[in-house]
Amino acid sequence: MVANELRNSNLLHLEDVYQAYGDHVVLDDIDLSVAHGELVTVVGPSGAGKSTLLRLILGQELPSSGEILVSGEPVGFADPSRGIVYQKYSLFPNMSVLDNVTLGKRLELSFFQWQKRKIAIIDEAMHYLEKVGLNSHSKKYPHELSGGMRQRVAVVQALIKRPKILMMDEPFGALDPGTREDLQIFLLELWEETDMTIFFVTHDLEEAAYLGSRLIVLSQHYSDDRGDGPGVQRGAKIVADHILSRSNLSTDVKYTKGFGKLIARIRREGFDPQHRQHIREFDLKHPHSFRTNTVEEVRCK
Amino acid sequence: MSMKQPQFFGLHAVPQSPLKWWMMALPFILLIGIYLIGSEIRLAENPNDKLMPPVSKMIDSIDRLAFTENKRTGEYVMLSDTTSSLSRIGIGITLSAFVGFLVGVRVGLFPGTETLFLKILTFLSIVPPLAILPILIIIFGVGEAGKITLIFLGTVFLITRDMHLSTKAIPREQIIKALTLGASQWEVMYRIVMPRIFPRLIDSVRLSLGAAWLFLIASESLAASSGLGYRIFLMTRYMDMSVIIPYVFWITFIGFVVDWLLRWTIRSQFSWYHASK
Ligand SMILES: Nc1ncnc2c1ncn2[C@@H]1O[C@H](COP(=O)(O)OP(=O)(O)OP(=O)(O)O)[C@@H](O)[C@H]1O
Ligand SMILES: [Mg+2]
Repeated sequence: MVANELRNSNLLHLEDVYQAYGDHVVLDDIDLSVAHGELVTVVGPSGAGKSTLLRLILGQELPSSGEILVSGEPVGFADPSRGIVYQKYSLFPNMSVLDNVTLGKRLELSFFQWQKRKIAIIDEAMHYLEKVGLNSHSKKYPHELSGGMRQRVAVVQALIKRPKILMMDEPFGALDPGTREDLQIFLLELWEETDMTIFFVTHDLEEAAYLGSRLIVLSQHYSDDRGDGPGVQRGAKIVADHILSRSNLSTDVKYTKGFGKLIARIRREGFDPQHRQHIREFDLKHPHSFRTNTVEEVRCK
Repeated sequence: MSMKQPQFFGLHAVPQSPLKWWMMALPFILLIGIYLIGSEIRLAENPNDKLMPPVSKMIDSIDRLAFTENKRTGEYVMLSDTTSSLSRIGIGITLSAFVGFLVGVRVGLFPGTETLFLKILTFLSIVPPLAILPILIIIFGVGEAGKITLIFLGTVFLITRDMHLSTKAIPREQIIKALTLGASQWEVMYRIVMPRIFPRLIDSVRLSLGAAWLFLIASESLAASSGLGYRIFLMTRYMDMSVIIPYVFWITFIGFVVDWLLRWTIRSQFSWYHASK
């Protein structure tokens, strides 16, 4: 499909997005279009700019240039259309679990409206908390919870606002492997139930390949025809864009041969500094994948 | 061979009660003992010695000032001194806490406001408040306004800067998170940031109280007709240590109780504050 069709039909659309800090180009012409209901996982070497990309979509900072659209509208600074779960600092330390979860509702209501609808909202929040097994912890403060519990609360806190797209930056990065797997399954169940769109950044290839319905590799290890002249500053690009299919939620898939192969392939595509694919050879066969190469990047065909 | 936990010596000591309590009390007992002996020796040489009066004389003074109605004014001197000093320091520090909280958070949260005010705030905070005491007396006279203003000016900048830094120390992620949950810019300030750093404001007030007492006593020593500092400096003229020493103790005691109350407030009302740092 061409970019112009995608920009109107898809939920999230980035075109020609650059981000530089001073002379340091981090994101170098990112083109990405994401359909409603997708669970996009983003992997890449440390420092490639995964978090930067997430911050741009979230509206935590503005791109140096380029367009970012949600539902066809240019995004502004952070607002309730995009939810976020960080690895840390998602919960407010001065609020109980219940207050953290209901915060999104309380903020949208005046004092009197809140008094009127309080009971219904607390019921809803408790219902969610029950689903994640935390209803008996609703009065605790975040510091009294384990890391895994905190992240569950953070997901519920973001979901109660029903964002168009839920952004997650290494949300399970600080958890032990067992808890991590529990939360992966928990997220998949939620995703299947709610037909949410999720943008999930991680540095764990297994996690990305297991969770994603679509997997994007962001990397600075590639080559193009710009040469090495003065003023040429390269940043990370999307070097691969995979469709993933899933039959069930079982984590057994992680031990299959195909899974291992996929991971080996992603490692080569994005993480091996010696292996530099030319910009023309990127694996961008996903139907929503498009690239607007500049003349300098691809000189001859 | 089993190791024994040392009670006093070394890095690994864990003092246990009852020894612990004796250890805490010891410096106090020593201090009082030294005074009593010193006083005894000096009085033996000169029964009219004023520098180290005996305890009995201090008790007489306390009885006269605290528990006997002043015939002329119908007041208890120590009580009226205490209430006038406490109301000055209370009003002064409350004002600076209020202003410091609003300004500090505002400056810490909004970069535009920060650019506008941070430099001038830093500059003003360096002005020594005592140096402008004469100016305050010229402007406000010897009434309450000058003293309260001095306490205010002496503490407000420290509190403002502390609130500014505490606001800036809040991870950016939390501000963004609040915005994604639908907070407006003002709600971020009033509903997210302020409740979160309020216990820090109490801490900040605690730390500023020492300075507040300093400015209170300094201003009372120059121009006042009542107050704890006023009484102390008045008694200096008569070299009456039997009043000065109990007054100093009284001030120290008040300071201790206020500090304890503030700490207790943080512990009981904001249990998350120390735990989640
Ligand atoms: N505000 C900023 N100012 C200057 N440089 C920045 C800023 N934010 C990010 N960078 C730089 O951009 C690059 C990408 O950072 P980013 O945090 O997006 O990487 P990442 O892919 O998320 O890495 P990780 O896997 O370690 O989280 C890094 O080199 C970082 O130093
Ligand atoms: Mg990152």
